[in-house]
Amino acid sequence: MSNVPSDLKYTKTHEWLRTLPDGTVEVGITDHAQHALGDLVFVEVPEAGRKLSAGDPFAVVESVKAASDVYCPISGEVVTGNPALAAEPETINSDAYGKGWLMRLRPAAGAAAPALLSAADYEKLVAEEGG
Amino acid sequence: MSTRLEKPIFEYSVPGRGAEDQWPHDPGAAVTDDLPASLRRAERPLLPEVSELETVRHFTRLSQLNFSIDTHFYPLGSCTMKYNPKACNSLAMLPQFLARHPLSPESAGQGFLACLHELQEMLKAVTGMQAVALSPMAGAQGEFAGVAMIRAYHRARGDLERNEIIVPEAAHGTNPATATMCGCVVREVPVDADGDVDLEALRAAVGPKTAGIMLTNPSTLGVFERRIEEVARTVHAAGGLLYYDGANLNAILGKVRPGDMGFDVIHINLHKTFSTPHGGGGPGAGPVGVSARLAPFLPVPVVARRGERHVWLTERDLPQSIGRLSGFMGNAGVLLRAYVYMRMLGREGMGKVSEYATLNANYLLAQLKRAGFDAAYPDRRATHELIITLKRQAKELGVTAMDFAKRLLDHGMHAPTTYFPLLVPECLLIEPTETESKAALDAFVAAMAEILAEAAQEPERVTGAPHTMPVRRLDDVRAAKQLDLTWKPTASHATPTTPTTPASS
Amino acid sequence: MAFIPHTREDVESMLAAIGVERIEQLFDEIPANLRLPGLSGVPEAANEMEIARLMAERARLDGRPLCFIGAGAYEHHIPAAVWAIATRGEFYSAYTPYQAEASQGTLQLLYEYQTMVASLTGLGVSNASLYDGASAMGEACLMAVRANRRSRSRRILVPTTVHPHYRATARAVAGNQGLVFEELPYCAEEGCIPAGALGRYDGQDITALVIQQPNFFGRLEDVDALCDWAHARDILVIAVVNPTSLALLKPPGQWGSKGADVAVGEGQPLGVPLSSGGPYFGFMAARMEHVRQMPGRIVGRTLDAAGRAGFTLTLQAREQHIRRAKATSNICTNQGLLVTAATIYLSLMGPVGLERVAAASHARTRELVDALTGVPGVRRLFRGPVFHESAVALDRPAGPVLERLAARGILGGFDLAEHYPELGPALLVCATETKTTADIERYAQALEECLRSERGTIASSGALRAASRTGFASSEPR
Repeated sequence: MSNVPSDLKYTKTHEWLRTLPDGTVEVGITDHAQHALGDLVFVEVPEAGRKLSAGDPFAVVESVKAASDVYCPISGEVVTGNPALAAEPETINSDAYGKGWLMRLRPAAGAAAPALLSAADYEKLVAEEGG
Repeated sequence: MSTRLEKPIFEYSVPGRGAEDQWPHDPGAAVTDDLPASLRRAERPLLPEVSELETVRHFTRLSQLNFSIDTHFYPLGSCTMKYNPKACNSLAMLPQFLARHPLSPESAGQGFLACLHELQEMLKAVTGMQAVALSPMAGAQGEFAGVAMIRAYHRARGDLERNEIIVPEAAHGTNPATATMCGCVVREVPVDADGDVDLEALRAAVGPKTAGIMLTNPSTLGVFERRIEEVARTVHAAGGLLYYDGANLNAILGKVRPGDMGFDVIHINLHKTFSTPHGGGGPGAGPVGVSARLAPFLPVPVVARRGERHVWLTERDLPQSIGRLSGFMGNAGVLLRAYVYMRMLGREGMGKVSEYATLNANYLLAQLKRAGFDAAYPDRRATHELIITLKRQAKELGVTAMDFAKRLLDHGMHAPTTYFPLLVPECLLIEPTETESKAALDAFVAAMAEILAEAAQEPERVTGAPHTMPVRRLDDVRAAKQLDLTWKPTASHATPTTPTTPASS
Repeated sequence: MAFIPHTREDVESMLAAIGVERIEQLFDEIPANLRLPGLSGVPEAANEMEIARLMAERARLDGRPLCFIGAGAYEHHIPAAVWAIATRGEFYSAYTPYQAEASQGTLQLLYEYQTMVASLTGLGVSNASLYDGASAMGEACLMAVRANRRSRSRRILVPTTVHPHYRATARAVAGNQGLVFEELPYCAEEGCIPAGALGRYDGQDITALVIQQPNFFGRLEDVDALCDWAHARDILVIAVVNPTSLALLKPPGQWGSKGADVAVGEGQPLGVPLSSGGPYFGFMAARMEHVRQMPGRIVGRTLDAAGRAGFTLTLQAREQHIRRAKATSNICTNQGLLVTAATIYLSLMGPVGLERVAAASHARTRELVDALTGVPGVRRLFRGPVFHESAVALDRPAGPVLERLAARGILGGFDLAEHYPELGPALLVCATETKTTADIERYAQALEECLRSERGTIASSGALRAASRTGFASSEPR
């Protein structure tokens, strides 16, 4: 059974979002996603300052058997990518919702509220996908 | 096969040693005194300093760490690992063929060009296409040429919106990768439960943006696409063209032709169907055949016959050509090997290839079913290859398709293709080819049955396989994370870093 | 003749096991109206004795002229051991090493090859080969677009001193992805890129600059200055190099203050016969930071379950079978057997032998140019240093002259008229270590005789030239 913290929001493409106290959001991939990919060997995170629209691929996560784009759930500007992942991509496998975050993003002013899933909805999605 | 590991050749290196009999005489430093110092190399490259015998022994020993067709049953699905007749190699390596410079005039190449022209004609005959170009250097480059021609055709008609290439979801990864290289967008269509393209989904997918569809027939699922004519009608009616991926041509050689099925362009893998060697990963050759409407777009050069003479056609003769795909004319030596093979097969031999390839695959499927294995498409005929799924065994015994593959190595057999097609869980794609005997097939079935029994009794023997290879399973994660892509000298190894400027001092 | 081992009894028992009576029934899923009645376009089978005789006759038709053509393919001595080992069945008839445990021979050889290419080019990483030098340049341009995140233009600067066929191939391979190739003119006196030619691109968004060294004319470019100019403007540098030359010339990894980003080239000079243009192999090396943008197979060393070192394909997530539409290239099969030959060749040559080959080839070319320019009506075309190839000007169209030489069994060089008409009548000539002083004298004497006897017949040269088209030489419309 996958680990799906109830305080986060999710996407259909297996990203999670956490709103931080300063209004920025932290984005990563879910525990289900890291499990499906297997041992991660390489992660590419975005440079600070990059402007993203909802749906843009912003990161690549790579295992020996798969490589996958990670999509930005909400329009905004990258505050920082997670610099620790370059040396230790396996952090995503061990702590997908914590130290394994991929980027922090400042949502664009007036950005449309994205259609995000609650933890319960995401769990349902994973169950439907046979996860 | 040897199980003794061989150290890297750099660890044999001793400064001052070398295969001197192979070197030209030392011309002296003065001959390079016109090369400016600022453009000269300062340190010698890291090449080993070894004797000729050490070199011969090292690489012979390395060869003995390989499985190959010449030494082992090699039923790698979708790769057509048939016997490579020795004559094809020796006759392509006649001294005049080897010595011929690619920019030699046509007058000094009429023998070579005649072989190529006849090869083009034979490929036209077996594929049912109107014109053939030989220069693509591998199947993937043939695919590239094919899709590039489809794009060029639409563009030449002012039909600029057509940039979508449809591929079945079971397609080989090269198909979508090729579409991208040609600047196209990929649309996947599903297949039905029997392995045929879902026609409803196809009808919904085609439209004014459709450039074409890429299909393999028999498909990557090892079954013949029965409604191919309907597929062709649907795509043509929408204004698209049909691309035939020749990976599985061995299944239908002499029986049915892509041109007659309605395909507009095909590539042929000479290293599969026409038995040129796989060489440890190439060289291949991927000639393309086209219907009349695509002939003006063929890649150059193309061989043509003018009376008694053979000549090259270039962009001058084919101004709409998609251009040149190689420095010269592609993998000429591979083409000569295929020519020799096709002449040896002759008219009757072509049909025999597909008949016995199909007989072998269907026999293997029947015997594997008897041994307790599940066919992926139990209600379908196998073609030249078959798929079994080990989903049940994986669930019940905890032993995966990869475990079976690795354990087969211990039985002295190369593994079939594993985990392709992606649609079939825990699958093995098995292609015995026509050149294998019944005894070889029986031995394979026996090995599979033995592994199945072992999986029930002693699963760790299977999941821990192979046990008799030079190495055990390798750590792929470590390989990708701690990249070690070149040998690096350590203090204990002599290194060829002797200062070298000027060259021959 | 289809190399079928089955006896009649085998076939009968196999059909019984399947549950059909005839092989033909196995094709019953193919619609009957599509079935092929017969193959009229294929001749009757020939047995090995017959085909051997035919091929020997065909080979005789090609002959073995004395060859002074280079232009991207070079005749070097190939030790007998190279192909004796490369054609061993264990290399010749194996496939891509997907099952690493049963392919350690091929994998270790590729790792050794990668080491040698990385060192020759002075760069951090090499792949396991591409198809040939020309297509490798196309792949390098596509790679540069992926690697250069600061550029959005997809504009690639390509000097016209780069091999014309390479330029044409790069356009065909990469053009469909929106790459724009801008040709840089060369200096007519020097035959290389003039220092001031790049200034007009200052301030523009350029993705990469291609530099061939030695260039198509054999001339040496000022690679340090060109490389530094590009890097100062965030332009990536793609080096196109001759591997033999790297025994003597500065490796791309040391060009300028930072070194080239990617180096590609034709591997043929390293133990691969001329064979009418292929199979050859393209090599590609790059700075380590670009490894994930490289196309093609890459082998890595790792450990097995017992802790022993072993080799495996790695970084496969770049490739088509995993990445599908987002792969770095569609390439699968590359040129493994040619790489096998090249690795054996480089081992036999070693650093000293390869240097000798380069120096001896250079010496022969100097000798050749001296001999030819001693013939009245022949002069050197460009001033400045060359490496093992040079352009010479003639006082009349080269086509008919080459045809006369060919009639005497001499291939006198590559006619530059088609690709570089602005140069006037000119030949690109090359001699490697395989040529002797006697060979060179024979050529010079034949050329002198051809030029002498041809005087007064220039009026008819138009017709002669049309008849002497060599096809490849005329492949690029200008």
